[in-house]
Amino acid sequence: MELERIRNFAIIAHIDHGKSTFADRILELTGAVSEREMREQLLDSMDLERERGITIKAQAVRVRWRDHFLNLIDTPGHVDFSYEVSRSLQACEGALLLVDASQGIEAQTLANAYLALDNDLEIVPVANKIDLPQADPDAAAAELAQLVGESPERVLRISAKTGKGVDEVLDAIVERIPPPSGDPGAPARALVFDSSYDQYRGVVAFVRVVDGRFETREPLRAMVQGTSFEAEELGVMSPVREPVTALGAGEVGYVVTGLKDVSRLRVGDTLTSRRRPAAEPLPGYKEVKPMVFAGIFPTDSDEYPELRDALERLKLNDGSLSYEPETSQALGFGFRCGFLGLLHMEIVRERLEREFDLDLLITAPTVAYRATKRSGDVIEVHNPAEMPVEVDLVEEPYVKASVIVPKDYVGPVMELANERRGSFDHLEYLSEERVLLSYALPLGEIVYDFYDQLKSRTRGYASFDYDLAGFQPGDLTRVDILVGGEQVDALSLIVHRDAAYDRGRQLVERLRKEIPRQMFDVPVQAAIGSRVIARETIKARRKDVLAKCYGGDISRKRKLLEKQKKGKKRMKQVGGVEVPQEAFLAVLNLESERKR
Amino acid sequence: MSRVRHLYVHLPFCAHRCGYCDFVTVVGRQAQHRAYVDALLAELALEGDVLADRLDTVFLGGGTPTFTEPEELARLLAALPAADELTVEANPETVTPDLAHLLREGGVNRVSLGAQSFRPHLLRVLERRAQPDDVRRAVYLFRDAGLDNISLDLLYGIPGQSAADLASDLADALSLEPEHLSCYELEAKPGTRFTHAHGGELERQAEAMEGYFEAVVDTLTAAGYRWYETANFCVEPDRAGGRDLRAQHNLAYWRGSDYLGVGVGAVSTVAGVRRRNLPGLSAYVDALSAGASPRREVEVLDAQTQACERLMLGLRLDEPLATAEVNESLDHVALERLAANGLVELISNGACDALRLTCRGRFLGGAVTAELVELASA
Repeated sequence: MELERIRNFAIIAHIDHGKSTFADRILELTGAVSEREMREQLLDSMDLERERGITIKAQAVRVRWRDHFLNLIDTPGHVDFSYEVSRSLQACEGALLLVDASQGIEAQTLANAYLALDNDLEIVPVANKIDLPQADPDAAAAELAQLVGESPERVLRISAKTGKGVDEVLDAIVERIPPPSGDPGAPARALVFDSSYDQYRGVVAFVRVVDGRFETREPLRAMVQGTSFEAEELGVMSPVREPVTALGAGEVGYVVTGLKDVSRLRVGDTLTSRRRPAAEPLPGYKEVKPMVFAGIFPTDSDEYPELRDALERLKLNDGSLSYEPETSQALGFGFRCGFLGLLHMEIVRERLEREFDLDLLITAPTVAYRATKRSGDVIEVHNPAEMPVEVDLVEEPYVKASVIVPKDYVGPVMELANERRGSFDHLEYLSEERVLLSYALPLGEIVYDFYDQLKSRTRGYASFDYDLAGFQPGDLTRVDILVGGEQVDALSLIVHRDAAYDRGRQLVERLRKEIPRQMFDVPVQAAIGSRVIARETIKARRKDVLAKCYGGDISRKRKLLEKQKKGKKRMKQVGGVEVPQEAFLAVLNLESERKR
Repeated sequence: MSRVRHLYVHLPFCAHRCGYCDFVTVVGRQAQHRAYVDALLAELALEGDVLADRLDTVFLGGGTPTFTEPEELARLLAALPAADELTVEANPETVTPDLAHLLREGGVNRVSLGAQSFRPHLLRVLERRAQPDDVRRAVYLFRDAGLDNISLDLLYGIPGQSAADLASDLADALSLEPEHLSCYELEAKPGTRFTHAHGGELERQAEAMEGYFEAVVDTLTAAGYRWYETANFCVEPDRAGGRDLRAQHNLAYWRGSDYLGVGVGAVSTVAGVRRRNLPGLSAYVDALSAGASPRREVEVLDAQTQACERLMLGLRLDEPLATAEVNESLDHVALERLAANGLVELISNGACDALRLTCRGRFLGGAVTAELVELASA
């Protein structure tokens, strides 16, 4: 196929700004899908995505517009998947920047727009939802124009819902976005920008061919990871899989690899032919590392094998999920899981609960800490209970956080960022009304309840995004919770020393309320090392007897006893104290309530 | 097979059903009293083979046995096998000089009087018909008739009952010098009319009433009573001319002895088999008048279940429970722990080990038992 007839583009948009509706209109207008066939929001294939209105996994669709083939490469809309976004953008020559004209630009959109600018993509600004009465297309156009350095007249104004202006966008794609460059005669190279797992055919890779040409049955190799396989099938999505005999330079399509494990073919790797291999992989490959960790335990310990199987199956489709077995004295057998971020964690949790019908206990999320021990050894700590007490140095991950907010809320945002140990970087007026604030913040503060607080202090107006920005030393300490003198491993946390007392106090108070009174006084304590910083006492019960028991009711009373005994089996023993699972749940919820 | 030495006879009739009651009772039906006593005697004739020639105890419970038509009650008493202890439950308002004599004539040597409280406002909450003076009068009438073993039932934890109310109730009861007292915490059983009306109030009072059990035990032991079972107290032998005033019939339950029960809803446990007559009155009477056994539920108690019950019941008593009897159902690890925590006392007497709850352990008897017991399916 001639390169001149191909256009590869992505759509950058914030959640709810109408990307999926817009993509649907494109499919309809180009005749890729008839209206009758149209499932609403076709691109988002997982239920969860449809429900949350977000795209988790990128996919690519080829449509025909006049004499051109347009490849729409969908991008995940969330910060947790910014590496995947960057790979999707690298597969394109241009991007539509779609903004809700009633809302303006949001922080995540901005981050991705900068990413596109950094990749030298041609950006086509589009103001959507101009049919809404509260829309302000002029203001949105002004903001967009300022951002991409265009004149406001070049901002397209559409309504994806009604279809108004969509054909002009398609024309603009052809006119403004350059065709792919690449050398059709060079050794074949293709960028893997996404993959998914098909239970019958194994890993299916989504690729952008950069140079040369790939043919069916060709022996292939992933250049960075070194994985070899055969192209069992090549094809394009239109929008269902449509096999082709070859994919040439500039084209976007899929490769059925037959591989049984997505982790053997990572996003960002370069495919080449083993018959005539390329010398160098394409630049930009990076192994994404999980930054947020949490313990996941089955509520019913008998469900451990089901949880293991479910995680195995999720991992087939989600190369960025990591897990390893974890044993907690309080919560039993489970897994310590690593996620790209909080949304990723929520998605995994929901999929485990919904698709695999599991009842889960999830510990408070924590980040990856780096500790330098007295011996000089440096270890990475993913579980607070594993943080050594004696350390020379603890480093924590930092992020560069961007907050976009109406100017009236700058004060509250600064206040919050200061409370959370943020250091101010810069402030920028995006328009007369809206301000971009940039801060360096510890990721650990964000996984706590930052986003929630941000939303509540700005009445929901703030939008927020972050990029990982390396490790920095922090005055951090491990706080342990002790019940009946014994440490409850699942409740340990790592916090800044200044916050240790407040957090310890809250946990201890909550536990005192949740743990039923026992036969003896039970101290509940928060401690740093051997130093107790907060303490509550659960007073012993003064009586617990069956009032009466005579010949006529022995069976009934015995059954009551048996029931009581079985209830105890659901209790976890900590320090000789029976702690109902509900108590852990309540405390863990206390932690995650903040997070949301 | 050793013969059964304990007999329970159920008389279900009551003048009124109290809101908190969950026993098998029927209101009124004087016309049926005769037929019912016929049925009781017929069941006794059918089942009587298992009984020893002379019994240790017979217990007439209800319902309100003393509400039964006098001639029928007399006929029943005359037909019962001889026993060392013959107890009848009575409600104060049913006690007349004639009734007291009737009981005495019929061989009754122990009565259990349902006093419940001496505070009029609390009796109203309980829907009891008797007034405080009825209780006193009943005790005097029994004394006049020569009864020298009288037990009073008291309830505590009644909605609206203050600590002072409880102290007055105990003082009023003690002033009648009963040989025996049963003090029960009021249980608001789910689904009863009472719980519907008072459950919320009881929950609000729960904390204030937490110390009532201790107050009952402290007051009665200070007054010279032996706290021989979780809810039962009797005058110490040295103050009773050496008599053992514990309720011998109930002691048989707590020690795991076999017993035969007759009457509607009555339960028997004989040789590891528990049978419960179904609760319907007419079906019971009809079956027996046709010469058949009443319909029953049967439960076979395996060795471990029996051991579990021995543990549950035996720990209610102040006397040591032989470990050998409950071994099959005993969690020895828990036993060590509870002993270390001062809730259980281990008594080692040569080859024969026994256990007993400490004073603090008895206040927490339910929880301690739940720790100690090991279930078959566990």
